[in-house]
Amino acid sequence: MATYSTNEFRGGLKLLLDGDPCTIIENEFVKPGKGQAFNRVRIRNLKTGRVLEKTFRSGETVEAADVVDRDLQYLYSDGEFWHFMDTDTFEQVQADANAMGESIKWLKEQDLCMVTLWNGSPIAVEAPNFVILEITETDPGVKGDTSGGGGKPATLETGAVVRVPLFVQTGEKIKVDTRTGDYVSRVKDE
Amino acid sequence: MSAGSRTSRDPLDSDWHPGAGLAALRARAAMLADLRAHFAASGVLEVETPLACSTAGTDPALQPLTAQYKGPIYPSGTRLYLQTSPEFAMKRLLAAGSGPIFQICKAFRDGEAGRLHNPEFSILEWYRPGVGVADLITEVATLARLCLIQPALAVEYVPYAMLFRRELDLDVFTADPDVLKAAALDHNILGAEGMDLTRDGWLDLLFSHLIQPALGQSALCFVTDYPASQAALARLNADGRTAARFELFHQGLELANGFDELVDPDEQAARFESDNCQRRSAGQEPIKIDRRLLAALQQGMPATCGVAVGLDRLLMLRLGVRDIDEVLSFSLQRC
Repeated sequence: MATYSTNEFRGGLKLLLDGDPCTIIENEFVKPGKGQAFNRVRIRNLKTGRVLEKTFRSGETVEAADVVDRDLQYLYSDGEFWHFMDTDTFEQVQADANAMGESIKWLKEQDLCMVTLWNGSPIAVEAPNFVILEITETDPGVKGDTSGGGGKPATLETGAVVRVPLFVQTGEKIKVDTRTGDYVSRVKDE
Repeated sequence: MSAGSRTSRDPLDSDWHPGAGLAALRARAAMLADLRAHFAASGVLEVETPLACSTAGTDPALQPLTAQYKGPIYPSGTRLYLQTSPEFAMKRLLAAGSGPIFQICKAFRDGEAGRLHNPEFSILEWYRPGVGVADLITEVATLARLCLIQPALAVEYVPYAMLFRRELDLDVFTADPDVLKAAALDHNILGAEGMDLTRDGWLDLLFSHLIQPALGQSALCFVTDYPASQAALARLNADGRTAARFELFHQGLELANGFDELVDPDEQAARFESDNCQRRSAGQEPIKIDRRLLAALQQGMPATCGVAVGLDRLLMLRLGVRDIDEVLSFSLQRC
């Protein structure tokens, strides 16, 4: 079992706390001139995404979490799991809906994603910041409207629904910012 | 070298640079000149004492760095302790009849590095024989205002026990470790549930997490009358449960620690023993007792108040910077 002492604490270090993998966001050494030293640490729980503050007595050791981030290619979903592959080693892993989170809405086969692996299994999947997806259904826009002022809902090939300007039509491809879910632009086919 | 290639090799290239900018270097020089002018004008003698000594303070909360010397005087070699503060040597000067003295020097503490700590840091320490705590606090406030360039900065005084009563409804004299731990949990200090601390350790946890951050937000806040268990080298007050020790906080930063100094050699010897006892039980190496300090106290040190001020943190506040690295030429990660 690998462990870290508080002296090794720094941003990005992965710890196992109460059974969950966590990453250190910020580590602060706190010590009264003539008193006990502590490490006051801001931590993100990598399974729940929650941020919390935790204090350690300086000199304590904490169990390390075997967590790595890797760029993997999304292959397909069998309905229960989403399958990814390392394009160098061809090694495959499967993520459940929990690990997929919001990324489910944006992924198309062959997209490259950042997958966080804990003990070799995905616990989080981050879609690319921008994806290009085809609109499968949207109401026909009012003719002549080019301002995009009002907008309307559009369903994308992955099932996601985004607001698009009125002039965008079914069958067109659009670029979407996955962090906000906002429409960015139309994309012309090459 | 082009700007582009410099950026691409930043980690290798940039750590030769000082952490402190030119403005910080100048502010430090100006601050030191102001402090020396103050003491020259008020008849306090500047002294130097050795930083590498054969003994060190025994305070279990402080770990000295050590160095090795071999040569004349110690032909088979000896360990020297880099001083955690110049206190013992300065007290020997006082016992030798120096009168009021001050020193600006480096102090060393093993294991302390972070946004507010560097293992080697600058201390201003001074002693005024025949002066009471209240007058010394007034002088600390004067110098802090001078260093911060805030001549009108207000001063607050609050006893340590009153802070705990007011903020946490705790009696620091009677609360046992379980009560203090429960208070930490009540106030959502995550991690406290698994900690095993001494009574003073719990007080430190509560103080540093729940009390200190708010201290002296717009004033110089002097916390006075620490519990006797945290007397360090202060004499005890007549009530027997508090010590004549004070600390200065401004904007949540601990800046100074002062005492009405313990001058009784027997009590000093007893505290050395008790410190070393705590060190042993905490698995730390005991530190050889400074017999020369005890001999000096035996001969007689005048009643004296003394205080140590952390100059790097004072400079941080003067410049409004967040990290001690920004006021040091080369902090640990650069030297």
